Amino acid sequence: MAAEQKFTQQTWPESPEQATLEGKNKFLGFWLFLGGETVLFASLFATYLALKDSVPSDSHAKATDLFELPLVFLMTMLLLTSSLTSVFAMYHMKNYNFKKMQTWLFITVALGLGFLGCEIYEFNHYYHEYKHTFTSSAFGSAFYTLVGFHGGHVVFGLSWIIALMIRNARRGLNLYNAPKFYLASLYWHFIDVVWVFIFTVVYLMGMVG
Amino acid sequence: MSTIAHTQKRGFAGTVWEYLTTVDHKKIAILYLLAGGFFFIVGGIEAMMIRIQLAVPNNDFVSAGLFNEIITMHGTTMIFLAAMPLLFAFMNAVMPLQIGARDVAFPFINALGFWLFFFGGLFLNLSWFLGGAPDAGWTSYASLSLASEGHGIDFYALGLQISGFGTLMGGINFLVTIINMRAPGMTYMRMPLFTWTTFVASALILFAFPPLTVGLFMLIFDRMFGSGFFDVAMGGNTIIWEHFFWIFGHPEVYILVLPAFGIFSEIFPTFSRKRLFGYSSMVFATVLIGFLGFMVWAHHMFTTGLGPIANAIFAVATMAIAVPTGIKIFNWIMTIWGGSIQFTVPMLYAIAFIPSFVMGGVTGVMQAAAPADYQLHDTYFIVAHFHYVIVGGIVLGLIGGAHFYWPLMFGTMLSEKLGKITFVLFLVGFHLTFFIQHFLGLMGMPRRVWTFLPGQGLETGNLISSIGAAFMAVGIIIMLINIVITQKNNVQVGRDPWKDGRTLEWALPSPTPFYNFKQLPLVRGLDPFWIEKMEGKTEMTPAEPIGDIHMPNNSFIPFVISLGLFIAAFGAMYQMDDKAWAIPVLVIGMAVTFGAMLVRSIKDDHGFHIHKEDLLEEDGKGGTR
Repeated sequence: MAAEQKFTQQTWPESPEQATLEGKNKFLGFWLFLGGETVLFASLFATYLALKDSVPSDSHAKATDLFELPLVFLMTMLLLTSSLTSVFAMYHMKNYNFKKMQTWLFITVALGLGFLGCEIYEFNHYYHEYKHTFTSSAFGSAFYTLVGFHGGHVVFGLSWIIALMIRNARRGLNLYNAPKFYLASLYWHFIDVVWVFIFTVVYLMGMVG
Repeated sequence: MSTIAHTQKRGFAGTVWEYLTTVDHKKIAILYLLAGGFFFIVGGIEAMMIRIQLAVPNNDFVSAGLFNEIITMHGTTMIFLAAMPLLFAFMNAVMPLQIGARDVAFPFINALGFWLFFFGGLFLNLSWFLGGAPDAGWTSYASLSLASEGHGIDFYALGLQISGFGTLMGGINFLVTIINMRAPGMTYMRMPLFTWTTFVASALILFAFPPLTVGLFMLIFDRMFGSGFFDVAMGGNTIIWEHFFWIFGHPEVYILVLPAFGIFSEIFPTFSRKRLFGYSSMVFATVLIGFLGFMVWAHHMFTTGLGPIANAIFAVATMAIAVPTGIKIFNWIMTIWGGSIQFTVPMLYAIAFIPSFVMGGVTGVMQAAAPADYQLHDTYFIVAHFHYVIVGGIVLGLIGGAHFYWPLMFGTMLSEKLGKITFVLFLVGFHLTFFIQHFLGLMGMPRRVWTFLPGQGLETGNLISSIGAAFMAVGIIIMLINIVITQKNNVQVGRDPWKDGRTLEWALPSPTPFYNFKQLPLVRGLDPFWIEKMEGKTEMTPAEPIGDIHMPNNSFIPFVISLGLFIAAFGAMYQMDDKAWAIPVLVIGMAVTFGAMLVRSIKDDHGFHIHKEDLLEEDGKGGTR
């Protein structure tokens, strides 16, 4: 099956992301990569839990002083919704509806950018209000590293999806780019799952002290 | 569309360009072998300097500070830049052929993995010329490494980070290759043991390297960007580094030794002319070692003070690993038992490996007893133990494997005579160097000391140890001479040079065509080539008619992506000196890397096809033998 073959909605395979050997390999390889990423974030979570509220003196802010749930709730909703919209995008990808896929991906990107904006505001807020920085305490280092690594993944994921959308805007779907779209959305889901844990471990558990 | 013209002769510059851009696993194997061999020699020179310094008491061959740098770089170089790449060389050269694949799953990523490793290793070793090498030991415990002056530790952290990314990618590539690319009939329980050990080692890489990545990031942040993970004054905790280092570091031991076990498991049946005894228990033991390997990291930290319960649990888990390892040892012995044995050079290494490695294993179980470890910790007993495991297990496997697979990789056969001389010198030298160190340790000689005093009973032992090291060095020099002579004579030995090859890689013509298998072979059982031979055939039965073969294009992008990180690392390191150019260099380096990734993403690369007609035409010329 040539990668650039033209399809119609009828001839488009059921799992286009795995219809070629390259696609199959990418699919499996990416899942394995996400396994490694899981260990990476597990290590960051472990570090954060070990260093939570570990500050040099009482003048430094602790988790209960810092976090405010309304903002974090908004961020969670933005990211969870963006995961849902990326599912819609993949639904349309599997139905060979390129336009609708692009639309839903665009909404995903917009929600992701909203999340990123909130995160920048949040970090800025901690910095100005509480002097809680990357270098102020071990707690600060662990917090910004864990949440910042997640933020970095969001930036990478957004750049990836945007690059794919622009690159393929004119030529539509084929079996060469279908796995790429699928993997980008898989990556986006993973980012979302990590956020669910950050929301629980960092923010909710931070609120109860 | 290029076709078989790929195999045409080129000039020197053309060859260099071919290797800079290659995505062929057989050529990447040669790159790994060259780079790993180079770093092996560098690490070996460092080892010799250690033994010269310690040959006599109160020696001042090197200064105390330089000695710290040498031991650190010896350990780091040998583990990360010599042993791993050399094993990766054999994995790349052999594994895809063993499972009957035309290529690896991700040829591009495979090349990227090599170049990342290479630039990381280069960066680390540049420290010698740019103000001093790392000096906190290969474990680089944070309480030491944060206090280390100069940029040595920064070279360590950044260099290992870059080469670690490469290793991770290599691991994922091997996993997917083994899962998705096996030839028809090659079920999991028909895979050769070397493929199995590559598979398990790759899975260990996938789960063991991310904790190292995190630990190195924290070290980089603490030293270069002012964070406080390990800085107790800021509320940090220096033990976190120890945990992450060993959560990575202990599986790393198995990442190294399992593929060496795999090489021996290929050598024993070949030269005993018997199938591997207890194949399924070997597979089971491999997987179990891989699993248990993650449960034992804190046995490196018994004296850290984790408490009796943690120490007891990790002690028991550590002892448990001796069980699957014992299964393997007995299976190898039973494979030789009653076989028609040929004492070729690879077989000599394999036979010498059994007692050598068992000694390393036994001292390992001794140290697993936590109370005993309090006595043995940080003495030369530990140095003796892990050199018995690493040299007696891995290095014997690497040298034996090099002799065994040389005809597969280069089409020539290393001299058996010189090989045997190397073997005797190396084995004698190895035991001479390290056996006595057990006793030096028990007598109280601490590890990592720069020198020792006369009159404490340590003189004779250290002198013997240094003499042994010289034997090993001479052995390796003879092996290098052997390689040069062999390649200069360039006598091509053709298909199945050991005559008793059992697995698919020996069924291929020599030199191996760049598409490996013209027709995918039909695998009818364990040791598929042996099965065909027993039925009087000389080739594998094909599983498909001759057809077009799809191949990937060469690419220069892996080199550029790795070069970008290499440049960025200089920026990250020198910005802590407030150098004005540092931040721009960091940004430029990252831009090169991400820019190259973007180019890779948006530029279509469909590869090319070798057409059926060309394959048939080549057949007609009879040029495949």
